[in-house]
Amino acid sequence: MKKTVFLGAMAVSGMVAGAAAAATLDDVKARGNVNCGVSTGLAGFSTPDANGKWQGFDVDVCRAVAAAIFGDPDATEFVPTTGQTRFTALASGEIDVLTRNTTWTFSRDVDLKFDFTGVNYYDGQGFMIPKALGVTSAKDLDGATVCIQTGTTTELNLADFFRANNISYEPVPIETNAEAQQQYLAGACDVYTTDASGLAATRATFENPSEHVVLPEIISKEPLGPLVRHGDSDWADLNRWVLNALIAAEEYGVTSANVSDMASAAGSNPEINRLLGTEGNLGEMLGLDADFAAKAIGAVGNYGEIFERHIGESTPVGLARGLNAQWTEGGLLYAPPFR
Amino acid sequence: MSAMTDPPRPSFRLSQLIYDTRYRSITIQVVALVLLCAAFWWLIDNTVENLAVLGKDFDFGFLGDRAGYDINQMLIPYDNSMSHGRAALVGILNTMLVAFLGCVTATVIGVFAGVLRLSKNWVVSRLMAVYVEGFRNVPLLLWIVLIFALMTEATPQPRDFREGGSASMILGDSVAITNRGVFLPMPTWGDGAAVLGLVVVLSLIGAYLYRRHARKVLYDSGRLLPMVWPALAIAIVPAVVVYFAFAMSTGSAQVRLMAADATEGQSVAAYGEAQGSLSVCVPEGTIGLNVQRLLRGQDLRYSESVFATEAMAIDAFRNGDCNMVAVPAGMEQPLLGNPDIAVSALSESTTRGAPVQFEKPVLGGFNFEGGVQVRNSLLALWLALALYTGAFIAEIVRAGILAVSKGQSEAAFALGMRPNRTMNLVILPQAMRVIVPPLISQFLNLTKNSSLAIAVGYMDVRATLGGISINQTGRELEGMLLLGMFYLALSLVISGAMNIYNNRSRLKER
Repeated sequence: MKKTVFLGAMAVSGMVAGAAAAATLDDVKARGNVNCGVSTGLAGFSTPDANGKWQGFDVDVCRAVAAAIFGDPDATEFVPTTGQTRFTALASGEIDVLTRNTTWTFSRDVDLKFDFTGVNYYDGQGFMIPKALGVTSAKDLDGATVCIQTGTTTELNLADFFRANNISYEPVPIETNAEAQQQYLAGACDVYTTDASGLAATRATFENPSEHVVLPEIISKEPLGPLVRHGDSDWADLNRWVLNALIAAEEYGVTSANVSDMASAAGSNPEINRLLGTEGNLGEMLGLDADFAAKAIGAVGNYGEIFERHIGESTPVGLARGLNAQWTEGGLLYAPPFR
Repeated sequence: MSAMTDPPRPSFRLSQLIYDTRYRSITIQVVALVLLCAAFWWLIDNTVENLAVLGKDFDFGFLGDRAGYDINQMLIPYDNSMSHGRAALVGILNTMLVAFLGCVTATVIGVFAGVLRLSKNWVVSRLMAVYVEGFRNVPLLLWIVLIFALMTEATPQPRDFREGGSASMILGDSVAITNRGVFLPMPTWGDGAAVLGLVVVLSLIGAYLYRRHARKVLYDSGRLLPMVWPALAIAIVPAVVVYFAFAMSTGSAQVRLMAADATEGQSVAAYGEAQGSLSVCVPEGTIGLNVQRLLRGQDLRYSESVFATEAMAIDAFRNGDCNMVAVPAGMEQPLLGNPDIAVSALSESTTRGAPVQFEKPVLGGFNFEGGVQVRNSLLALWLALALYTGAFIAEIVRAGILAVSKGQSEAAFALGMRPNRTMNLVILPQAMRVIVPPLISQFLNLTKNSSLAIAVGYMDVRATLGGISINQTGRELEGMLLLGMFYLALSLVISGAMNIYNNRSRLKER
């Protein structure tokens, strides 16, 4: 009899384990926080500050999601992941969403069974090299020793680039950005390659940033965005539309400063009204409060504010908006309509 | 009359399964088996169910797909167009390389440290105690990272070796120690290399046979033949003779540089000036190496195509692949009588070269070129594994020696044996019986610890199959299973081989 109970209990627990993968939003609400995968430390994108609080461009995307659900941008748990561990962490359910400068590619979307919920940074792979070496083009890198973060698309792009140009190189595989920086500065590799934004962020932390140049060649398209597990479309939709809300807010001039005013009563622009929940029931469709977008924007600001705060031209990272400007200003950011 | 009745047959009752000692042990085993099966069933069922929920299948087909990434240390040819399976194989060989190097070095270090820790010299034995305790009590990962960081930060960059730089090569400009690794000269094979190799193998066998003979004489008659010098002589002298015989005869034969559209006796530099660019077709081996030295010696910029044989190099030259070719004496015929291209010999010439020559590493554009690069990642991992495991082996050796009764060494001394002979002939052979079984598990530890390679970016099987391949294909379960099976198989092979040795060295009970 006891045996039967035991087996039955095991079978039930097996089924529970199977079913747990279904509704991420319910799990998140029950737990009271969002588990976000971030990098192990990349200045401007995700890095812990002096108080140990995670800060950065990618971190704020996650905080926006938490704010949309709970109204509290700090209802988050950040899990540092390396290039190698991030997908396993997401697939196993250790994290709910991966906001870690991850490139949207076909095989990751289709074969690895993830859903990318948008693009928060349009990037491309570049090379950084000490000025003293006198190299001006990536095509002159024949025989160079190149530091790469292992388990990334940059590894594959690099192989393709050198193969296409019929030049040779020696890869030095490295686990994290910090190690890569140390190896590069010690001269154990001639070149460091990663996404151009990552190069700028890394160079910003150097003692003498001006002694290093980023070569003009951008050898790949790297649309970086948050991603969630395949199979829970509700959770994917939630993440997608929180990101879109941040982008749309910049387009319509909603900022963290004026959002509470604008959300207090319906204004003259119906699109803004629907975005901020003073009109229609978009939030309800996502299973959230009507003012989910207002809460997210109020907590972290709109896309432009997040950009300027962490990686914009006034910060040490100093990235120009470039491709990441609104479509109205010649960039690629284009939020679908809130309707 | 009374009928004989059988004694009442004890009927089997269920409670006997627990209270009857005859059945109890079986009951416990059956229950344990059922529980074990249930646990496995649950694990597998859960995995299958979760895979289904994630929409993933179970398929090893990814091993045949294009890998697309590069590996820096390759013992077999590999490039990024080959398959994940091939990349895994490269990683497997790298793992086996560092495990083999580590096991050998750890054993040598361990035996020395173990013996020296028992030394009567206070300083020596204390030093060894510090080594053993220091390495045994600090995590291996720290040692790996520390040694790697030391090698990266404390050694010069390749560009420091340029003229006016702070670093210089050692051992007659043949070895460069840089923060990317140590560059060593690479042996290049010339004429007679095969013969030389055969002679070396035969003389090693000869030296071994001589030692066996000497030991037999010692055991049979008690006469001590000299062991070291004759054995060394047998091993080395024939090889040296053969080497010089080849170097003097075929090795000094001329190799001429011939060029298209040149004037007879023009120098390479002048020809290069006239043509604008230099490209040379050479056969592989020492001829190619000598031509390279000749051209590099004149600080010329040139490109080089290497072919398997002399004839292939000449054919390529006739097809116009290069404007110069290295032609050994006696092979000019197909070139000189050819009306299609005007071919003439340049003033420089070189020789065919000795059976073995060493190609020195030379500073190129970014890094040293030529020679063999022993990467810092390999060195750090190898050193750390060897020193760490060596500390454990030292303790095992010390235990083994202490396990041999003191009377044995006293008896040996009473017979007039010197201490080192006592150690080699009396103590260590007996100690080996105690040492070998725990030594096996240290070898297994070292092999498995080599998967810490990821800390220094050494491309072992954990980094290729278990790292990048899994990451690019999303086949975690398959990759990890393969990885586990590989380590299991490797461990079983190592312990199998060591058990054969153990069976030979252990006390024979007859």
